Amino acid sequence: MMLPEITFFILSATALIGGILVITRRNAVHSVIWLIVTLFAVGGIFLMQRAEFLFAVQIILYVGGIMVLFLFVVMLINLDLSVKQAQFNRQWLLAVFTALVLMGGLVYVLYKGGDSFALATAPLAAASQGNTQRVGTALYQDYMLAVEIASLLLLVAMVGAVIMAKRKFE
Amino acid sequence: MIPTHYYLLLGTGLFVIGVIGVMTRRNILIILMSIELILNAVNINLVALSGHFRAVDGQVFAIFVITDAAAEAAVGLGLIIALFRNKETLNADEIDLLKW
Repeated sequence: MMLPEITFFILSATALIGGILVITRRNAVHSVIWLIVTLFAVGGIFLMQRAEFLFAVQIILYVGGIMVLFLFVVMLINLDLSVKQAQFNRQWLLAVFTALVLMGGLVYVLYKGGDSFALATAPLAAASQGNTQRVGTALYQDYMLAVEIASLLLLVAMVGAVIMAKRKFE
Repeated sequence: MIPTHYYLLLGTGLFVIGVIGVMTRRNILIILMSIELILNAVNINLVALSGHFRAVDGQVFAIFVITDAAAEAAVGLGLIIALFRNKETLNADEIDLLKW
């Protein structure tokens, strides 16, 4: 076992255990906290794949932005009642079974076909540019239209959120 | 060097945890959090394959997925607040006005 493997397994275990705790906690605030732990672990996975810019985006935007928004709403409409109620719906057994069948299929395919990834590895490109520079170039040259569409999406989402959360529809 | 399919297996695990959360939980806030888990699993896959092919396009797509997650969280939480104001409940199976 080398250091990268140990790091990878620790990060994966943190992400998976955090994910399981997210969907099993009774209190929604605890779920948010465990989701933050999972997001940090996923950010570490990004770092292991040398996606430094995405790691920064994950921490600043996801943990610092989206999760704070979640915490706001959870604390705004926190119900003591919902902690005492049943947490899972009636068809949970069937749902878990179906999801595990799905996971079985996916894991089987990845396990059988995992060796094919060993063949296709591209040669290591000369790292003349940093990761952030390459991502920025790709974003603003190859994916220019997509960036514009994403900005429009964010505008629509912002207007939609304001209208939804308004006190009354006039 | 960790094989690429280890990352894909991790993504699968996180995805299935998210799917189980969406299908079994009653609290809509936690359903929304499970969707975030699913989107993160997708991001792991995109970044792993981006690293595998030494191309940066997967990371660009992951940025767009995060953008979508932000938009979805804003609209979803707005919907939940509006819903809570009208129905005084957070349980997904009690919000059945459209169910006949």
